[in-house]
Amino acid sequence: MAAADPILSVENIVKRFETQDGVLTAVDDVSFTVNPGEFFSVIGPSGCGKSTLFNVIGGLIDTYDGRVQVGGETVRGPHASVGMIFQEESTFPWRTVIDNVAFPLEIVGMPKAERLERATHFVDLVGLSGFERRYPSELSGGMRQRVSMARTLASEPKILLMDEPFAALDEQTRLLLGDKVLQIQQDLKQTTLLITHNLTEAVQLSDRILVMTYRPGKVKRVVDIKLPRPRSSEIVGSDEFGRYVAQIWNDLREEATRGMNDDEARMARAGARPP
Amino acid sequence: MSAPARFLRQGVPIVFGITCLLAVLAVIEVLVRFSIINPFIVPLPSDVVLSFRRVILEEHIVPRFLLTCSEALTASVMLSVVGISLGVLLHRKKIVRLAVETWVAALASAPLVLVYPLFLVLFGRSAWTIIMIAFVSALPPVILKTLEGLTGARPVLINVGRSFKLTPSQLYWKILFPAALPNIFVGVRLGMIFALINIVGVEFLINFGGLGQLVNELAERYDLPGTYAAICFVILVSVLFFIGTERIERWLRPGS
Repeated sequence: MAAADPILSVENIVKRFETQDGVLTAVDDVSFTVNPGEFFSVIGPSGCGKSTLFNVIGGLIDTYDGRVQVGGETVRGPHASVGMIFQEESTFPWRTVIDNVAFPLEIVGMPKAERLERATHFVDLVGLSGFERRYPSELSGGMRQRVSMARTLASEPKILLMDEPFAALDEQTRLLLGDKVLQIQQDLKQTTLLITHNLTEAVQLSDRILVMTYRPGKVKRVVDIKLPRPRSSEIVGSDEFGRYVAQIWNDLREEATRGMNDDEARMARAGARPP
Repeated sequence: MSAPARFLRQGVPIVFGITCLLAVLAVIEVLVRFSIINPFIVPLPSDVVLSFRRVILEEHIVPRFLLTCSEALTASVMLSVVGISLGVLLHRKKIVRLAVETWVAALASAPLVLVYPLFLVLFGRSAWTIIMIAFVSALPPVILKTLEGLTGARPVLINVGRSFKLTPSQLYWKILFPAALPNIFVGVRLGMIFALINIVGVEFLINFGGLGQLVNELAERYDLPGTYAAICFVILVSVLFFIGTERIERWLRPGS
């Protein structure tokens, strides 16, 4: 494979759901590619099909039209090349930090000593050294998300797929964890696909951002983020950063407004229905 | 954790609990002494305490206690194995769940102890009659809580398993089952309580076996302090089993 070949290719994805009100097209003809080592974000208003796209690429949804290729190979269903980090807290509460991180290695049958050594490396990478024997209930929300990240990284995926992993965290923790993600991504040259609705997060982390339309979710625009690397959260104070945020918000505002109006109309209709 | 901090966290609740118990007993003592509570129905707590020595030495409490414990243990092991297995079956086979879940729930409220003559016919006047009644009566909560735990497992944990390409068997044993364990243990504890109530009740009814038979005998002799002392031993069985399951749960599912 030539160096310029994309590691992830998403081609003409269409996903429809049967609902009470008829067929709903959640994602409509979405295509994009992600290059090796690139940080690519998908941003859009609530209800634009971002999470559907996440599940399609991660293989949790396998009935759709279109094609997903990883490293030139067409994939359908969960795939070892794609590591997923979920929006909800997803550590196993009955396992210690180290055992959580070693989980994917245990599944593939790696000997215990080796997997603990590997897991320790990834615990260190996410900055949780010293917490190896703690249980998730003894950690903060941000630390638990880092455990999930270390667990996914331990499986050494070609593509790290994240669905709003910091959505439940406060803004300050989110910015600091963004720094950590940037550092890890730069250290490992990890190809990363982030699904988010957070403008700051997307601009802070990404090389490119795909803006999606409100329902049905289509590609509205792809924006190149030409902010210098290596980056940190300090960049959020720069004028250039502000310009990117404003530019993307211009695209998103129209979609978010449509989404809000649609939600209000649906609620009004539901309220007008006889009980 | 420092020693004073550990005492504050673990010791204070224990001391508070014991103090509350002693306070309640003291209040009852006063109420009975002043005949506000009928002393022919409720004995003086101090008399109950004094009767322990007599009950232990003269009423063969140890073998009776061990017999009730062994019946409760046998019933608990049986209902854990069978109840959890049936809960898993109901979770895996939707058609079976739809067909029988309501019946199992209905069985939970059925006073099965009243059909003890049928069990006597089937198993004779033996410990097995007592164990089987306890087992059948205590089965529904274990089945229902196992089912509830498995169906209530957080979808994101299952998605994590799917993303790591776990086989259905791995998904069950590595994720679903540990996630369901807190609920399963609630069911097992409830089941054990039901089992113990039935064991002592049937021992009392058929005048056979351990502590229930002793309570029956002492009540018929109108030895109220002795009766209440024997009931204390029944409570001790319950406490021991509760502590035991808590330990097993912590061992099987640390970090809760």
